[in-house]
Amino acid sequence: MEVLERRAAITGLGQSEVGRRLGRDPLALTIDACLEAVNDAGLTRADIDGLSTYPGGMVPGAPGFSGAGIVDVQDALRLNLNWYCGGVEFPGQLGAVINACMAVATGLANHVLCFRTVWESTAQGGGPRAGIGAGGGGSFRASGPMQWTLPFGAASAANWIAMMAQRHFHEYGTTREQLAWIALNARRNAAHNPKAIYREPLSLEQYLSARIISTPFVLYDCDVPVDGSTAFVVSRRERARDLRSPLVGVESVGCALYGRPSWDQFDDLTTMALRDAAKMLWSRSDLRPGDVDVAELYDGFSFIALCWLEALGFCGKGEGGPFIDGGARIARDGEIPLNTQGGQLSAGRLHGFGFLHEAVVQLRGEGGEHQVPGTPEVAIAAAGGGPLGGCLLLTRG
Amino acid sequence: MAESPMRLLPAVTLENQHFWTGGAQGELRFLCCALCKHLIHPPAPVCPECLSRKLEVATVSGRGTVHTYTVNHQPWYPGMATPFVIAVVELVEQPGLRLTTNLVNCPIEQVKIGMPVRVVFENHDPVWIPLFEPAL
Repeated sequence: MEVLERRAAITGLGQSEVGRRLGRDPLALTIDACLEAVNDAGLTRADIDGLSTYPGGMVPGAPGFSGAGIVDVQDALRLNLNWYCGGVEFPGQLGAVINACMAVATGLANHVLCFRTVWESTAQGGGPRAGIGAGGGGSFRASGPMQWTLPFGAASAANWIAMMAQRHFHEYGTTREQLAWIALNARRNAAHNPKAIYREPLSLEQYLSARIISTPFVLYDCDVPVDGSTAFVVSRRERARDLRSPLVGVESVGCALYGRPSWDQFDDLTTMALRDAAKMLWSRSDLRPGDVDVAELYDGFSFIALCWLEALGFCGKGEGGPFIDGGARIARDGEIPLNTQGGQLSAGRLHGFGFLHEAVVQLRGEGGEHQVPGTPEVAIAAAGGGPLGGCLLLTRG
Repeated sequence: MAESPMRLLPAVTLENQHFWTGGAQGELRFLCCALCKHLIHPPAPVCPECLSRKLEVATVSGRGTVHTYTVNHQPWYPGMATPFVIAVVELVEQPGLRLTTNLVNCPIEQVKIGMPVRVVFENHDPVWIPLFEPAL
């Protein structure tokens, strides 16, 4: 079997300004990221013949969840597209990049521009984070999947994921003191990333005494909404040889969904759909978890990153708590450096694309102060939680 | 302790009315395959086990156990009273048949995974919200 995604490479990298309440037009942020990615690849807009995004421009959701869609960018840049795809029913946010890999592998496009823009910080203003359905008024009625959670005040993924963490605590003896290290490690790394939102030190004591959101989660277990856009160019390898930036190859992808796509009916509530994506990723490669030099794993909530660590086999199922305890193994100079840019918990909720961006930065050796030691050859970028999950195994060159 | 959050109510449809209105008769109801008796939740037009399209409504005992829970402290809407307990209850009739719900009539510090619970209903005409309380 040919692993078709190996025909694809990531050749361009771009990211707009990232910050809290920037007050900038989300399409302007998007164009900043997209043009930077095209330029970074050594291409011009005339070379871009594919466009891919998550979640597309016409989705409801929290204010600022969707920053720009396919049509916005195609029109702003007057692109000539042979292939495009934008949507929300993807295997996680990075599903948009997996789609792009397939488009170049099958010959529908040569160079696909991929982007994800959020402006949740500006759109949601200075108040507390609102629950789903907030602002609907007295006539609001929950329908679809939301009817099974909203009537019970379970109005946020914070509640749904917190219950998975609680079940993990129950079955495996995982503790808050252990889970804390996802957040503490992220903050430790963010101190070395000039674009991170929160860079001041965070102690275990501060974590344990922080404001409770939904037990066992405190404020520091939840990511921070930001404005920002991240973009990539995904190219067919045979068209990528003479490009400007060091090549990052796609070794394999995981985009499976076997269990029920549900927050409460999934067969094992100590993990989530990402379990299936992780399994598929390894089934398409001879590389093994021990070969991975850096892991950039979604931490929209801290517990999701712990689930990814277990699902990807960096530790055994249920062993995530002891594995991260103390933070040495997941440190920048540890066994498996985790979320080297500060994750979404400290660097900001770029919604999945930030992890792939950082994985490529690390493989290129362009991480500056937050670069891992040595010369990393293999990285994983993974995004999504709950019923969504997708991941990419990447190699240098 | 706030036992109940501000409730956003479900839209009652032909597909879900057995579930959201069964409380008027004190009954917790699910769609059920007429052939293999698999309980189907959320409602779907086909049995996921045997693919039969012959479905009926079944009443269950309303008994279950707390599979997991969280104490929510965050007011997701203006005026939402906190804290309150959100739980996933697994019903005794079928492994994996679960409901997200609230635990009521129970001090927060006594909530435990595995505790037996039973259904009680809270009426918001025409909807009856299934909540759970400790079963002795």
